[in-house]
Amino acid sequence: MNLSVLLLVPTLTAIAILLARNANQSRWIAFAGSAIQFGLAFALLYAFSHERTNGNYEQMLFVQQYNWFPAWNISYHIGVDGIAVAMILLTAFIVIAGVLVSWNVIYRTKEFYFLLILLSAGAYGFFLSLDLFILFFFLEVAVIPKYLLIGIWGSGKKEYSANKLALMLMGGSALVLVGLLGMYFSSGHEKTFDVLRLAQLHIPIDVQRIFFPLLFIGFGVFTALFPFHTWVPDGHSSAPTAGSMFLAGISMKLGSYGCLRVATWLMPDAAKEYAPIVILLSAIAILYGAFATMMQKDLKYINAYSSVSHCGFILLGIGMLTKTAITGAVMQMVSHGLMTALFFAVIGMIYERTHTRNVSEMGGLMKVMPFISTIFFIAGFCSLGLPGFSGFVAEMTIFMGSWQNTGLFYRVATVAACMSIVVTAVYILRAIGQTVMGPIKNQDYLQLKDAKWNEKLAAIILILGIIAIGVAPFWLNDLVRPGAEIIMQRIVK
Amino acid sequence: MSEFFILMKSELVITFIIFLLLFIKIGKGMKNELLLQWIQILLLANCFVGFIDNRDGVLFDGMFHTSGLIAFEKNILSLGTYLISLLCVDWLKKTPHLPEFFILMLSALLGMFLMISSGSLLIFFLSLELSTIPVAALANFDLDKKISSEAAMKMILSSAFSSGVLLFGISLVYGATGTIGFASLPSHLDGGTLQILAFTFLFTAFAFKLSVVPFHLWTADVYEGAPIAVTSFLSVISKGSIAFIFISTLYKPFQALHPAWNNMLVIVAICTMIIGNLFAIRQQNIKRFLAFSSIAQVGFILVGMTANNISGNSSVVYFVLVYTFSNLAAFGVAAVISENAGKENIDDYKGLYQTNPFLSWIMAIALFSLAGIPPTAGFFGKLFLLTAGASAGNYWFIIIAALNMIISLYYYLRVIRAMFMDKNDEPIVRVKNNPMVSFALIICAVGILLVGLLSWIYEYIQSLA
Repeated sequence: MNLSVLLLVPTLTAIAILLARNANQSRWIAFAGSAIQFGLAFALLYAFSHERTNGNYEQMLFVQQYNWFPAWNISYHIGVDGIAVAMILLTAFIVIAGVLVSWNVIYRTKEFYFLLILLSAGAYGFFLSLDLFILFFFLEVAVIPKYLLIGIWGSGKKEYSANKLALMLMGGSALVLVGLLGMYFSSGHEKTFDVLRLAQLHIPIDVQRIFFPLLFIGFGVFTALFPFHTWVPDGHSSAPTAGSMFLAGISMKLGSYGCLRVATWLMPDAAKEYAPIVILLSAIAILYGAFATMMQKDLKYINAYSSVSHCGFILLGIGMLTKTAITGAVMQMVSHGLMTALFFAVIGMIYERTHTRNVSEMGGLMKVMPFISTIFFIAGFCSLGLPGFSGFVAEMTIFMGSWQNTGLFYRVATVAACMSIVVTAVYILRAIGQTVMGPIKNQDYLQLKDAKWNEKLAAIILILGIIAIGVAPFWLNDLVRPGAEIIMQRIVK
Repeated sequence: MSEFFILMKSELVITFIIFLLLFIKIGKGMKNELLLQWIQILLLANCFVGFIDNRDGVLFDGMFHTSGLIAFEKNILSLGTYLISLLCVDWLKKTPHLPEFFILMLSALLGMFLMISSGSLLIFFLSLELSTIPVAALANFDLDKKISSEAAMKMILSSAFSSGVLLFGISLVYGATGTIGFASLPSHLDGGTLQILAFTFLFTAFAFKLSVVPFHLWTADVYEGAPIAVTSFLSVISKGSIAFIFISTLYKPFQALHPAWNNMLVIVAICTMIIGNLFAIRQQNIKRFLAFSSIAQVGFILVGMTANNISGNSSVVYFVLVYTFSNLAAFGVAAVISENAGKENIDDYKGLYQTNPFLSWIMAIALFSLAGIPPTAGFFGKLFLLTAGASAGNYWFIIIAALNMIISLYYYLRVIRAMFMDKNDEPIVRVKNNPMVSFALIICAVGILLVGLLSWIYEYIQSLA
């Protein structure tokens, strides 16, 4: 399979949207483009497993490499392993759902869809790249669309949030940049940005000690590493629905993928040395996020803080440095991406109808919009880790992997992280109970209509993804595990 | 003889145009619009001539030298001048003294060409003066505005001062080494105290012209007071040419003093980036805003210069090319709005997207390029400068530079926010787009988008360097 198609389709879609004559055309173009991309993602999954079952155990498949800037030894180098395939699938799910739930955007529709698709192009490119330069390129491509999406179509104190998000993420990428340059200049005589070649080199431990923190914190800012998570609540709560979905579902995963693929894989020794700090910070993020969520009244803030907590699990899995924990971390990336996108989609649907996101003002929504309420339940159950949904599988795998580390510190961190699940159950059930169950508090709500076709379709797509992982986790596990093994091989050495 | 014509072709073409304008002025004169069209055609022709038969060579006993890279640098400057003549059409048409304007501007350009090609400090000094004094006269071209004369006054005083410093430096160099030829300087330099003192004066003069902190104080006032056509010429063409000659003097004749100038560069680069950025945050006037932003950009150029290798040289030239497109696009939009609506404050740009989507998009692309956001060329330019700077191994320096990119993003986003997000009940009315201006803006936008993605442009510069 030619991977460049995965980049070409979003790019062409974005250009086509710019050429569209009216809002409706741009909607349909965006939908068609993301649907094609959705199909391509599955084709990629099929082609990838086909190669694997046929005994092609190359680490990266479908590799393409063209010299781009020979003077700097920068090449357009793309390829996928199981982890990347999983992330591309996740992106495809969220993009199509995001396009569908934004059907009602009437203000500057064309620009909205253009930015949405541009953002997705950045994400696809990021997951595909095997060259650190183009990886960084795509990482930054995805920043400005977020800023504009929040600033133009957002709500509340949107300018403040948009600024905060853009500056913090750019700060993160500035650190990443320095880290990448550090790696580039310590890659021996012939300097290279090539991930595969860097993965074979042994970068001196002194260099790793300096640049691992830069890279990990830089990517960590994207994925709400404590204490750099402060953009998350503001950014998510101010963003338009699709913006929140993309932010939490895709953008935060860019960071965790970078932490894993770049920081941990390419600097294994430092990763091992700094692992306790990573674990400490992520355990703090998990607990802090969970308890902070308890105090929130705004549905978007609830989900934003719970994202901090859930993304803490990802970093915990990466920090634990066992095969199972890393597999679990990747599964959590996919699971949390789908779940949180569904959550934000539902919140968007409710807000569009009730014009409030305050939990205490709502009630009895089940009676007026049963479909939306049911989705809300499903998202909630997935979030609190009910078996049968993806959240359970992913978090369970992380805990299993964490428990393989025997030290007291690791055990304490694992137990502390486990405890957050109870807190999660409390705030999720409370939020859902107050909004969905009980008597209808506001008589105006009786007029509200249930989900429309586009909203239903978006929700069903995401729910199918969640259940596919929850009920049959082995396919995702089989997809991801070999990638995790390769990362672990370098750690053990 | 024929070699003389080939090597000096750019200078000769510019001289020819200057004399042509002079004759037109003395003779019957022409209508502004027609004359402007002819000037634009001639400048365009000049851009093309620059690409014909470029070869390395030396004239006048080493006083003048040229090479592929120097020819390319001259082409960047010619292109920039051509774009300015298109972008500021609205203002130029109304100028009562159009021939004089271009005579002065092209004299300055001629000075810059000679400066880049200069092979000794003597020619360098003369051509630097030729490139500065006409610009000071140009800054005064809004004849009925007091602020414009003030700008010219400030500029002439500060450049006279810096010329004095430069001349003093040159005389010390001659005293310490007994030569002022670039070719013979390296063999006479050994890093002695007097030599470093002499070089410091030279460095200061360069810093003045590049408006490097702490020698930047004239910049904002001059930029604000001068007409936008002149401001953009100053900030793009003039800065670019000084950057070219600065890097080639550092890398070639003064290579022996590398330890000294490297430290100076690092210190002034940090100051320049930080001060330029911090002052840009507070600016209300778009011209002052772009003035401080261009100071900060120069700071990044200095980061690239610390590399002291071929990559440093090529990344600086490449960045100036990118910067030409980006900054001219930004100034072009500012010029259109200032000319049609008479507004120059960032707050006036609120809601611009509602009425002028085309101008807003161009401005946005230009600012993103200045901020170094992909896929614009500015991203590649900045990244290559930082990569070149990092090759010297000074990572804390690179971290400071990278963090400065965030500060700069903050104030560039301020303008983006004003244009796209802020509501305004009385936004700037819809501006009738002059086809010339639109054409130039589109060239700039295409340049911004393609110069980065098409890697052969960088490779070409690298092969010349």
